[in-house]
Amino acid sequence: MKIHEYQAAELFRRYGVRVPEGKDAATAQEAGQAARALGAGPYVIKVQVHSGGRGKAGGVKFAETAEEAAQKAGEILGMTLVTKQTGPQGRVVRRVLVSRAMKIAREYYVSLTVDGARERVVMIASPAGGMEIEETAKEAPEKIHTMEIDPYLGLTVYQAREMGKKLGFSQDEIKQFVPLCQGLYRLFVEKDCSLVEVNPLAVDAEGNLVAADAKVNLDDNALFRHPDIAAMRDVNEEEPRETEASKYDLNYIGLDGNIGCMVNGAGLAMATMDIIQSCGGSPANFLDVGGSATAEKVAGAFSILLSDAKVEGIFINIFGGIMRCDIIAEGVVEAARKLEVKVPLVVRLEGTNAEAGKKILSESGLNITAAEDMADGARKACRLVKEARA
Amino acid sequence: MSIFVNRDTRVLVQGMTGSQGRFHTQQMLAYGTRIVGGVTPGKGGGECLGLPVFDTVKEGKAATDANATILYVPPAFAAESILEAVDAEMELVVCITEGIPVLDMVKVKEHMKGKKTRLIGPNCPGLITPGECKLGIMPGYICKRGRVGVVSRSGTLTYEAVNQLTVRGIGQSTAVGIGGDPVRGTGFVDVLEAFRADEETLAVVLIGEIGGSGEEEAAEWLRAHPEKPVAGFIGGRTAPAGKRMGHAGAIISGGKGTAAGKIDALRAAGAVIADTPDKIGEALVEAAQRAGIYDLVKA
Repeated sequence: MKIHEYQAAELFRRYGVRVPEGKDAATAQEAGQAARALGAGPYVIKVQVHSGGRGKAGGVKFAETAEEAAQKAGEILGMTLVTKQTGPQGRVVRRVLVSRAMKIAREYYVSLTVDGARERVVMIASPAGGMEIEETAKEAPEKIHTMEIDPYLGLTVYQAREMGKKLGFSQDEIKQFVPLCQGLYRLFVEKDCSLVEVNPLAVDAEGNLVAADAKVNLDDNALFRHPDIAAMRDVNEEEPRETEASKYDLNYIGLDGNIGCMVNGAGLAMATMDIIQSCGGSPANFLDVGGSATAEKVAGAFSILLSDAKVEGIFINIFGGIMRCDIIAEGVVEAARKLEVKVPLVVRLEGTNAEAGKKILSESGLNITAAEDMADGARKACRLVKEARA
Repeated sequence: MSIFVNRDTRVLVQGMTGSQGRFHTQQMLAYGTRIVGGVTPGKGGGECLGLPVFDTVKEGKAATDANATILYVPPAFAAESILEAVDAEMELVVCITEGIPVLDMVKVKEHMKGKKTRLIGPNCPGLITPGECKLGIMPGYICKRGRVGVVSRSGTLTYEAVNQLTVRGIGQSTAVGIGGDPVRGTGFVDVLEAFRADEETLAVVLIGEIGGSGEEEAAEWLRAHPEKPVAGFIGGRTAPAGKRMGHAGAIISGGKGTAAGKIDALRAAGAVIADTPDKIGEALVEAAQRAGIYDLVKA
């Protein structure tokens, strides 16, 4: 799960990591009040959407006075911000963060994440702050420093000090850097984060280390033990169909194509997308109904696929293991009747009770095209969509 | 021969009295797996499916001489259950549970360093040595005993691969699902090493997907150990970057973990990688023919 910068900054504060003073605002008026509460300007106003590259997309403004802050906030609230991460449809700006602008002397990069190959939390840091870390990794890999953290020892003082030296910090800066690292690490493990990123970590004109930006992603699997974090979820930032899918405990990711897919198992769901593409089609989504799909889940999955106007055909690809194909077939028939599916529907059933499942489909009287195997199904779905267009 | 499990594997089921545990225990018993008891804290001394239930893994092991456990434990308690099995010095622990917090697994893996237990999973379908032992949730009837080892990060895609082999008359020595989480027990290289040492296994099918670096490591290992032919498939060619495709480990980030990179690495190491998932069986046939062992694999 992703959270907003203002929420991440609040977490940073709680863990003793210095961030610019500021407050979030949902209206121009609130933004003006927030600016006044901060005292004298100048101020910086940043859009709060779940995306990087906000500055380049025009989502960061500066203001000298509280009145100007309110005016600038008014200009960006409600606008659709298009960054390279949001896709062409962009995101509607519903909230801004108003904070005191700071004079930045130098910029660094610090992040924590779980490295699957090392099977540990790693801290990645670089003196090349403000840049995207991937670009630094490509252009100046010697500027990237990594350290592993023992899960039972935690991030030790000496490790943080070593990292501070590698970044070229002065003795006074290292004194600030050590507790900052430890605060970020405590946040990471206590709240089950998947990413904590400070880019840039700034040294201001007075020599203070300040997290000028705050990014925190959380491990979805651990949200059950962090109700305070789960409450930070902002469904406005999610695709509505992804939100709807989560209600049915379905794994759905919207894509750009026109063939809706319903598959059991994440690996098979990905492979189904691939095979549709290899047949000249384009998948509209990734959808894993899981290993224990019920008729209700199948119906929910159907309604999500059909709510997507881009969907011109549906391919259901099931390899029933423990899950029985006859039960899936009943769910499909029931949902297809109720929802009056008007687009071509291709179903491939393999595995447990596949023959019984196929019989249910063929005797349903519905216009369902049966497929022999997954390649056959993908080909048929692509062909039927093409024919329906012609 | 086979790897990791056979007819002598004696199994305790952690979480046997839950609905999932109970159902799959019945399925495993029906397949012929030697299940010797269950472990559910607070239910020790009772019975389930005619088998004794113990409060702790250690008690269960002492009473039954079990050497493996399989976990059907909810995600909040699964890491703790793995640790318990590791500290009871089980040889093999299979964790089916999906949704374990990754930091829990980081601690588990650190604790397991230097221990003798092999962990498979989490978030995996388990493993099967056809005709001898099924330790997991896969449909046993699609498997056929034979000479091809299967290792995969995905569940249903494993079934797909196994089925494609079986319908071609090609049997399997052992099929192992290593799971879709970023931090897991046994990895591709561990399984490849075991298949290399197993006389029964003549060729290997490897099914990977986007995210992580396990497939790249497998490719590097294959370069150094090219003795047995390998065929495979990598899922997620068309997956966009930055989106998690169901499995917690299946995400392309920072330009790393792409399907193309994995396919190139494996092909460069001599593996036959199918372009589409329906061609996995054909890829294995091609790899076996190239190595001149097709007749042996098919037998």
